[in-house]
Amino acid sequence: MNYFPDEVVEHVFDFITSHKDRNSVSLVCKSWYKIERYSRQRVFIGNCYSITPQRLIARFPGLKSLTLKGKPHFADFNLVPHDWGGFVYPWIKALAKSRIGLEELRLKRMVVSDDSLELLSKYFPNFKSLVLVSCEGFTTDGVAAIAANCRFLRELDLQENEVEDHRGHWLSCFPESCTSLVSLNFACLKGEINLASLERLVARSPNLKSLRLNRVVPLDTLQKLLMRAPQLVDLGIGSYVDDPSSEVFSKLKAVIQLCNSIRSLSGFLEVAPCCMSAIYPICENLTFLNLSYAPGLQGNDLTKLVQHCRKLQRLWILDCIGDKGLGVVASTCKELQELRVFPSDPFDAENAAVTEESLVLISAGCPKLNSLLYFCHQMTNAALITVAKNCTNFIRFRLCILDPVKADPVTNQPLDEGFGAIVRSNKSLKRLSLSGLLTDQVFLYIGMYAKKLEMLSIAFAGDSNKGMLYVLNGCKKLRKLEIRDCPFGDVALLQDMGKYETMRSLWMSSCEVTLGACKTLAKKMPSLNVEIINESEQLEFSLDDRLLVDKMYLYRTLVGHRKDAPEYVWLL
Amino acid sequence: MESGCSKNVESCPKLLDLIPQEREWHLKREEERRDGSSEEKKLELRLGPPGENNWSNKNNTERDESLLSLGYFSSMKSNGKQTHKFPCPEDHPVGSVLSTPWAKNHHQQQTMPPFLQFPSTTAPPQTLPVIAKESSQPCCNKAVDLQEAERKAFKPPANTAVPLNGSQKRTAPGPVVGWPPIRSIRKNLANSSSSKLASESPTHKAANEKPAAEPNGKGLFVKINMDGVPIGRKVDLRAYDSYEKLSIAVDELFRGLLAGDGSGGGIAYFKGQNFGLTCLLLLQLNSMFVSTVKRLRALKSSELSALSLGSNKQGKLQA
Repeated sequence: MNYFPDEVVEHVFDFITSHKDRNSVSLVCKSWYKIERYSRQRVFIGNCYSITPQRLIARFPGLKSLTLKGKPHFADFNLVPHDWGGFVYPWIKALAKSRIGLEELRLKRMVVSDDSLELLSKYFPNFKSLVLVSCEGFTTDGVAAIAANCRFLRELDLQENEVEDHRGHWLSCFPESCTSLVSLNFACLKGEINLASLERLVARSPNLKSLRLNRVVPLDTLQKLLMRAPQLVDLGIGSYVDDPSSEVFSKLKAVIQLCNSIRSLSGFLEVAPCCMSAIYPICENLTFLNLSYAPGLQGNDLTKLVQHCRKLQRLWILDCIGDKGLGVVASTCKELQELRVFPSDPFDAENAAVTEESLVLISAGCPKLNSLLYFCHQMTNAALITVAKNCTNFIRFRLCILDPVKADPVTNQPLDEGFGAIVRSNKSLKRLSLSGLLTDQVFLYIGMYAKKLEMLSIAFAGDSNKGMLYVLNGCKKLRKLEIRDCPFGDVALLQDMGKYETMRSLWMSSCEVTLGACKTLAKKMPSLNVEIINESEQLEFSLDDRLLVDKMYLYRTLVGHRKDAPEYVWLL
Repeated sequence: MESGCSKNVESCPKLLDLIPQEREWHLKREEERRDGSSEEKKLELRLGPPGENNWSNKNNTERDESLLSLGYFSSMKSNGKQTHKFPCPEDHPVGSVLSTPWAKNHHQQQTMPPFLQFPSTTAPPQTLPVIAKESSQPCCNKAVDLQEAERKAFKPPANTAVPLNGSQKRTAPGPVVGWPPIRSIRKNLANSSSSKLASESPTHKAANEKPAAEPNGKGLFVKINMDGVPIGRKVDLRAYDSYEKLSIAVDELFRGLLAGDGSGGGIAYFKGQNFGLTCLLLLQLNSMFVSTVKRLRALKSSELSALSLGSNKQGKLQA
């Protein structure tokens, strides 16, 4: 019922910002649908193949900010072949044609060509913000186009992309008139840049809050940049190597004292441990510390640093910090919410840098912990059960035991009970990644208890179809399920086909699903795209249905088969 | 590598005299496959581990070793035509790799190390023995069966809670494709604080280049499987410049999983991109091999004997 003029309703909707809420609002009635769609400015599309740009534009003519995700998550681990898809060009082209006033584009796992970037830079005069995460396909020429043409650019954030570096000049492409930068992150670029241009750019960007440098930016330039931008809130250091007795280093120490707005520190792509003491003054105020790309720091260096970080909320670190170091984290960082421990040497089984012991310590020492990514060599049920007792606020729990089928080393049992305890006590759990030796039992627990679970990653686990069925039946909120190397097959896949319409996507690789079952599913569910990735050049499409498929990716869609699939992707 | 190789050669000069001209090449059948003729001779090549001089004492039917099984393959459809050319290694002593397989036969029979001999071009084989993971025929059943076999091998017993490896303690788990689940940029942080992050990452791969594993600037990892081992491993082909080293590495990868002493190098076969079923036998891992190989498979020597080597060959192999 609508007692108010549209404008009033629209004004009310302005306060509704979350995508979920706006989606809900649009479903209330036709009138609200209409008002909502005209007033919507921000749209999130979790799977770029679930809708076409044309339909997006038709529904939301006022679009200003678009977030798109492309490849399946396992593409991060090289399980998805090159050229699989996720091209952004058609989107940008369609948006450009339609004169949408795009101001912000955020992409994840998409293929971005230089042409796309150039188009983007030229057709959207108000374009302000480009965030590319785990993308590929472009070179620094594309970046240069953005720098040169986006007159009001505020944010250029390149995170962990694969960029072909044509060296240096892109930074000089920011015109002298560009003074609007708030955030500049080029840490993933590998090539040289013009340091003088960088200094001038920073000098004329009074609003700059976030600056993340790449590894070729040396310490003395860092010092000069900090002089120009003491207001920085987020700093990513490139190269941090110098002689501690040098004059430059003294200058750096001095200027760092002035940078008391820095709350987030990352980078250290090249680092000399002896220089770390200069950082201590800003550690007091840090809320985010990311040293996961800093290979030169040993356990002691890291521990000493962390001791100063009492206000830390998020810590990303390498496992060379060791159990001892994590113990120090547990006793120092009482505000810690998110911890990510990455393996410094993923293929080295001998030196177990962190074990289950420090995870227990962290869980005991950090009451606010809600997000964990932990790579280790072993885990015990006892430890997990203790962690579950200590921490009941987990939203994300991702445990990666480097030997993927390793049992509890103390009892030789699977880790079912440990993970079971985690899901039982963490009722808000949204994301879970399992590893270690696991039977169907763990999936029974997950189905029973993980009622809010949205994303589940499984590898080398389970005994039978029952495992997968427990999850599909029990996890009502499941959106993304990704499975590799598990004995789940057709029976599990086909039991509840309608379930996949309630999910964004399902990935199954090296499981026991046959081609025939995939075909059946595709036939019965026209709202799903069932794609087979077939990398063997011998097999032809019209094969025996009993053939086990190596990689299957299915997702719900409103627009049928995609047109850009490479030859080796079969669209059933 | 050279020294190890020549040692091998000296101790077993006949070992590698694999295929005399008149021999036929046959397709090996997996157990599940439709029956191939048992008289088919297999092309098998066994190498002793470099440095171990006890090849002559080994009985390949009795030892339970891990071997890389190396057979020489060619597409069955090729009908004896020379379908592949290989770059000829410049200067190779005994450890000469298979270069141009067909044309250089005679020459190689004399100077090649006993690793590999090729049938003469004058008598092109009709079929080739293949220790095949997949058939070059469009035989999906075989692929299915093979995969099923692997899956079954993989699956832990359904009704027990016995951990997959029992009380077996594994040492180095070895690399598995796509595992651990971290991005490539994180993989070599410990080793190279400078070089890794600076390595070029190709954004535009060649159209016909389909690496089966994860190529980065440094290593070319290729999946290698072994029957009875649920999880394939990976070997970095670029890390080894000789067959022996590759063989040692593969041996070490699977070492913890074998009942026996686990020693032994041997034979490698692989499926190349262009050749269907192809085998390159090599003492030196030449660039052609490295660039086209997709997978490797390790066979235990007990499996090897099940391939029923031709008897005269067997004698030679044991030499």
